[in-house]
Amino acid sequence: MATQARQQREPAQSQAGTATVQDDWTTPRAMAIPKEGYFKLEQGRYGPVYPKSPACYGFTIIARTKPGAEKIIREYGKTIERSLQGSPDLLAPLKLHYLRWVLFDIGKDKYFMYQGIFDTDFDKYTEDAIALFAAAGLNTVFENLEGFPEDWKTNPPAFVKFVREHQCPSFLEYGEYPFVSAGEIKKALKLKAAFSKMLDQMQ
Amino acid sequence: MLELDDIQHFLIARPPALAARYEFLSFAGAVGARAWLAGILAKVGTAQTVESSQLDSRWVTVAFTWNGLRAIGLDHASLLTFPEEFRQGMAARANILGATGANHPGNWIGGMANPNLHAIVVLFAKNVEERGRCTREHQEYLLRCTGVEVLSSLDLEALPPYSYAHEHFGYRDRLSQPVIEGTGMEATPGSGPAIKAGEFFLGYPDEEGEPAALPQPAILSRNGSYLAYVRLQEHVGAFRDFLRQNGETQEQQELVAAKLMGRWRSGAPLVLVPNKDDPELGADSRRTNDFAYADKDPYGYACPLGSHIRRMNPRDTATNVNRRKMIRRGGTYGPPLPEGAPEDGKERGIAAFIGCASLVRQFEFAMNVWANDPSFHELGNERDPFVGTQDGTYDMTIPHRPIRKKITGLPAFTTVRGGAYFFLPGIKALRYLALLSDGL
Repeated sequence: MATQARQQREPAQSQAGTATVQDDWTTPRAMAIPKEGYFKLEQGRYGPVYPKSPACYGFTIIARTKPGAEKIIREYGKTIERSLQGSPDLLAPLKLHYLRWVLFDIGKDKYFMYQGIFDTDFDKYTEDAIALFAAAGLNTVFENLEGFPEDWKTNPPAFVKFVREHQCPSFLEYGEYPFVSAGEIKKALKLKAAFSKMLDQMQ
Repeated sequence: MLELDDIQHFLIARPPALAARYEFLSFAGAVGARAWLAGILAKVGTAQTVESSQLDSRWVTVAFTWNGLRAIGLDHASLLTFPEEFRQGMAARANILGATGANHPGNWIGGMANPNLHAIVVLFAKNVEERGRCTREHQEYLLRCTGVEVLSSLDLEALPPYSYAHEHFGYRDRLSQPVIEGTGMEATPGSGPAIKAGEFFLGYPDEEGEPAALPQPAILSRNGSYLAYVRLQEHVGAFRDFLRQNGETQEQQELVAAKLMGRWRSGAPLVLVPNKDDPELGADSRRTNDFAYADKDPYGYACPLGSHIRRMNPRDTATNVNRRKMIRRGGTYGPPLPEGAPEDGKERGIAAFIGCASLVRQFEFAMNVWANDPSFHELGNERDPFVGTQDGTYDMTIPHRPIRKKITGLPAFTTVRGGAYFFLPGIKALRYLALLSDGL
């Protein structure tokens, strides 16, 4: 455990400049994030690397929809729901905790917000995400956003540029059980279920 | 069909070379650089000639850095059509690759981080004598050229015994290489289907379809590839000390060595033979790649999740893997350290090229994520034991029932001593470069 603590301290030190302990999932944590979205500029393959917060990694993309696209985007919510029923592992490579998709108005325009919370640095798995978006047909949504590159499928840098240009970094993130991955949560629940079963068997 | 008469042999055919020499060049002026290229062009081997001739005794390859393309006179507009990572060069992107600390470009040797590094000539030779003859010939040729300087050079030799390729730590090498569609190469069992040529050569469809945003003009990019060059020093003394510290018997030490790599030093994969080495299996190319992880070894009890081969080729435990394939070329340099001898302080290692169609998507991904992401496979605090950046603060977990073994504070077995990004043009592209004029 000591080594795990060491590893998890590193990002906080380099990004926040303060020595904070991140390995204690029992203590809720909040992190105030500078306007740029990071504490210290660190270049990844496609641009600045954003820090892991107590709420893990994630992004919030806000973009104006193309005129009349609201119905298509809403319909696509149902498509995703159906797809997941047939293939529960469809989005597994994205290491997601949660997705929240929101449509809202600003004046006469309709805006779309894609908020994802996940366990991997988006810069690291960008191309995998794009391949998955293509496989899952998520392009249906993105292609209805203004400014989305038409050649996104073969041009990952253009896709990333769109995401980065439309990302609104959080200025506060909070974790009730900070820094814990979805995989760790699922392991803990599996262990709990296994122990329950074991206790049942001992009755 | 692949235009084998236009593609340099380097990434397609592996000639029977026991020696090699890399010469890193700098151009003082465009006219001299083009004259040098025009004079050496006829010696550059194509995939077609190397495959069809049994008589050759030396094989020549020429590639350029982005600064080199500028130095030879490529116009500004064309230069800007090359991808950003190639324009920046490896030294500028060292942090992304994990080349920090002792591996930082500030410590590189041979002028690798020097912006005046413009080109490389790779000579593969049948033996050391032939290398000497070719080296002298090139030296004499350079004396007749104006403003072409050798920044540095590196001689490489295969390690004895020559019956199989291996590196200084003793691991069998060249076990897993992708098969390129259209080359007629046959995939060995377990190697997966042939990969679209566009993953390695510009101008062909890749795994996603038609290629996009290729460097211009088309004659320059067609049949070209990118090469990531890395000179990796291997600390053989430290490696052997580590094995002794972590294994009391020779057998235990061999098992630790196998767990770090994912294969026994013979090449036999742990997934197929987890408890005892099988050198015959290691040498059998029909069997040594015929395995996967998801069903047979999901938790890494045989092959640890953080072992080198499981990171650099996760097979069926990663998505999108056909877009991450690369072709490796190169060899070993420096004298072998005899078994039982103490570390002698001499530099020895691997000087290798990774060939691909996208440095950012293929090579940089592999280094940034597979080699250096501590959270790969949710390991938490590990990096690749051989090509990841190690500073004594990372671990290596060896899953085992009932209790796993965790080696804390893994030492650095390797150090990056230099590296660069090159563009490996096709033959017509080399001719195009040689015929550029300053007015263009």
